[in-house]
Amino acid sequence: MGNDRWTRRQFVGTAGKTAGGVVLGLSLADFLAACGTSSPGTAGTGKLEIFSWWTGPGEKDGLAEMFKIYKNKYPSVTITNSAVAGGAGSTAKAVLATRMQGGRPPDSFQVHAGQELISSWVKANKMEAITSIWNSEGWDSKIPKDLKDIVSSNGEVWSVPVNVHRGNALWYNKKLLDSKGVTAPDTPEQMTSALSSLKAKGVAFPLALASKGGNWQVQMLLENNILAAGGADFYKNVMSGKASFTDAKVVQALSWMKQWLPYANTDNSSIDWDEADNRVIAGTAVFHIMGDWAKGDFTSKNWVPNTDFGVVPSPGTKGNYMIVCDTFGLPKGAPDRDNAIGWLKVCGSQEGQAAFNPKKGSIPARTDVSPSLFDVIAQSFIAEFKTDTLVPSSAHGSATPPAFASAVNDEMGQFIQNKDVTKTASNLQKASDEFLKTS
Amino acid sequence: MSILVPAAPRARSRFTPMRAGLYLLLLAVFYLTPVFAIIVTSLKGIAELARSTVWELPKAADLSSYSTAFTALAPSFFNSVFLVVPATILSATLGSLNGYVLSKLRFRGANVVFTLLLFGMFIPYQSILIPLVQFLETINLYGGIPGLILVHVVYGIPICTLIFRNYFATVPRELLEAARIDGASVIGIYRHIMLPISIPGFVVVMIWQFTSIWNEFLFAVTIAQTPTQQPITVALQNLAGSLAPEQNIQMAGALMAALPTLLIYILLGRYFVRGLLAGSLKG
Amino acid sequence: MATATAQPVMVERLSRSRSTRLPPWEKLTPLLLIAPSVILIAVFVYGFIGATVRTSLVRWNSALPDYTFVGLHNYQRLFQLDRFQADLVNTLHFTAIFLAGCIILGLGAAVLLDQRLRGTLFFQNVYMYPLALSFVVTGTVWRWILNPNSGVNVILGNLHLDFLKSGWLTDPNTALNSLGIAAVWQMSGFCMAMFLAGLRGIPEELREAARVDGANEWQLFWRITFPLLRPITLSAVIILGHISLKIFDLVYVMTFGGPGYATDMPSLYMWIATFQQFLYARGAAIAIVLLLMVAILIVPYLVWNLRGETEQ
Repeated sequence: MGNDRWTRRQFVGTAGKTAGGVVLGLSLADFLAACGTSSPGTAGTGKLEIFSWWTGPGEKDGLAEMFKIYKNKYPSVTITNSAVAGGAGSTAKAVLATRMQGGRPPDSFQVHAGQELISSWVKANKMEAITSIWNSEGWDSKIPKDLKDIVSSNGEVWSVPVNVHRGNALWYNKKLLDSKGVTAPDTPEQMTSALSSLKAKGVAFPLALASKGGNWQVQMLLENNILAAGGADFYKNVMSGKASFTDAKVVQALSWMKQWLPYANTDNSSIDWDEADNRVIAGTAVFHIMGDWAKGDFTSKNWVPNTDFGVVPSPGTKGNYMIVCDTFGLPKGAPDRDNAIGWLKVCGSQEGQAAFNPKKGSIPARTDVSPSLFDVIAQSFIAEFKTDTLVPSSAHGSATPPAFASAVNDEMGQFIQNKDVTKTASNLQKASDEFLKTS
Repeated sequence: MSILVPAAPRARSRFTPMRAGLYLLLLAVFYLTPVFAIIVTSLKGIAELARSTVWELPKAADLSSYSTAFTALAPSFFNSVFLVVPATILSATLGSLNGYVLSKLRFRGANVVFTLLLFGMFIPYQSILIPLVQFLETINLYGGIPGLILVHVVYGIPICTLIFRNYFATVPRELLEAARIDGASVIGIYRHIMLPISIPGFVVVMIWQFTSIWNEFLFAVTIAQTPTQQPITVALQNLAGSLAPEQNIQMAGALMAALPTLLIYILLGRYFVRGLLAGSLKG
Repeated sequence: MATATAQPVMVERLSRSRSTRLPPWEKLTPLLLIAPSVILIAVFVYGFIGATVRTSLVRWNSALPDYTFVGLHNYQRLFQLDRFQADLVNTLHFTAIFLAGCIILGLGAAVLLDQRLRGTLFFQNVYMYPLALSFVVTGTVWRWILNPNSGVNVILGNLHLDFLKSGWLTDPNTALNSLGIAAVWQMSGFCMAMFLAGLRGIPEELREAARVDGANEWQLFWRITFPLLRPITLSAVIILGHISLKIFDLVYVMTFGGPGYATDMPSLYMWIATFQQFLYARGAAIAIVLLLMVAILIVPYLVWNLRGETEQ
């Protein structure tokens, strides 16, 4: 591994000598601090560097809990928490990309289940398959097969899921909804009429919408609606390039969005999902279609589930569970391979997932963690997770390669402005042609 | 003529002092609005940040936002210091050497070399960003302040060279001739003649580089993103871009980030302006 | 706010005959002294530009580097993209308002300051302090001022000027102009400094002579002062123009390109495409297009400057 390499740089000539020495000294120190001593190769000693973007409240506590569990098992290992904040992971991914390309991977890194890992690092031959770990830990009986399929390709498993978030959820201000005499909608058509009656009853923008930071929130609306219009199989086909985005079902999904947009706040480009939550709390909006991290946000602002707020599946998607899932894999050339493997085992263990998920606000990927650790809504999600059809989210890196997802994001940003269903559908198909050719 | 020295009023003018003064004041209001915005938001506690009273002065100065901002930004503040000081010293040194050579030791093609050097100051840095990141990764300097120091030293060469070249051009040739007759070498002349008189040049260059590097964002956000290595511009943006931004903290943070360069501008403004108008005005 | 506000225009004219003669054993010394910088710039500027050109001509559009040659495909694709087309339009639009705003405000302020009333130095400092700030600081503060839920709209409401309210940064029709306000606020001081220096450089005798000939103040300005300020105006247009083409920090902080593509710029799109979407080849292509746009502005300027020098 290249960590012990120290490449001499030719630096400045004359006057730069002393100062050059300073810089050299600085970078040498930095280098030493970053690398430390080389790993001896046995689990239980040495270092462990875990790379993630878990810097927010809740998630960083969950991560700390997992570190504690690891420390109990391997007390002599020094853990480095290389979490990078910003952009819902986009900053961390950029830093990771540069390190991976330069051959300096961390021991393990957070990555969304599925295409985010498979279409990039697995395809680039920079990951080790963890099928043998999966089997030796007996995860087949603990983690649903649908989810295992998402993290596998070519017969090998590539990462272990730690937590599962739900993407197809419609959150609502229960007290406000009840007071207006409106019920939470089941189907997209009911959603449209609920929005219009709420507006008639004085809520100017009943649908809270955020699009700051890249419009991924709007892509969530799109994928939920495609799921509603075409069902799980069609959804998977269209997201793997086997079905067309110009299909009537996608057009239907977009049309529903177009019907809802007039009821959404117009300053969505300047607010993120948590501010959209605030609108629901304040009562200036009633509905918010968002992943179940919104639940953690609501409870952290002292809202009580099923009293202050409620949740139903995103209109038309009952029986389906849109997976947003974080996983950890094993990069080739991990500096402390044995320690990394130890980490993966902690991630997939009942103990690890029981410690992490309640803090993160997600549900465990394992089905044998006691539901009593979780709040009421999470408990109902855990039950549904066992029986629903699991579908991977495109907006969150599971169903499609990042290049496609970001093209969709761009297109969604345009769609909010132009509301042109046909044009958007055809642009989506162009993106599919370009990025989803073979999967 | 220097714009830094007030001059006697003009004999006749289009504006009566009243009208001119009024316009000057209006402009001043425009330029000072953000200062007022900072005062009016950062000194309020969260409760006071309601929309309707948004432009009113705070009832009492609540410094809680400053302490929060300070805790959040202090590490990156020091990162910026560790970045700016070495980078400024190094690039100024290089600049002075180059300025000396290009102004006093002409060789064939010196002008072409200078122009090619100067072009480096104007390029959009996006056009070198990808290979730069790859290069830094190869020499293991990606991700932190040391790499950023190298970057700023290299890309600061053109502007530092420009400022010094024009500064040294004002040194009379006779001074060097005399030294040469006395047997001084090229380097000797630099050490004993150019360096001692180059203090004002160094001041201008260093103030300029300090300001530029402290305020810089593109390289910082591309190269030094790890939380322990972020310069303050990146940390400020992450602070503001993070969840549920609280205006008072953001504004307090903005002030913190602005303070060093503002102070330099207030105390050493004349040198800053010289750097700004580098080369075109003497005085 | 890069290093590039400096002017190479009126540099000291140096000629060969004025340089010191070097003894033979010292002939190489100047070259050796300047070599490190030349090498660094050769690699880090020209070498890297070449590398970027190469990246733009290959099929590297994922996390895995792929150096298969595809010719100009990336450029073709780029110009077909709605987003990039919007970027180019935005660049022109933004440059126009940025230049107009800075020059008008800068010239106006300079003329006012040139009246040499008491307190000129104070006002000067007030008009120029934004130049000492980072675009990130400016963007953070102005983002708040130009937010329709707080900031300016509240003041307009208090002054009963509600008709002037707008979506500012969140309305695709006004977002770019709002961005322009912040940019002009930051950089107009530079223009002012240049124009003021120029105005002060105009000899009073010239104006007195014109006055004696019966010219009034307006004619004085348009026939004498303004034409004499042309070289400075040209420099200002070039310097500010190239800053405007490269604008990144302010957009990143204030709007990140939104809403939709309303404030997206090539510089920002390059960064997003490369570091967030991992479309390296596309990012490289955008970077080269950006470089060409800047070069069209700067290269004639530098060449003209170079010619002016070697004519000595």
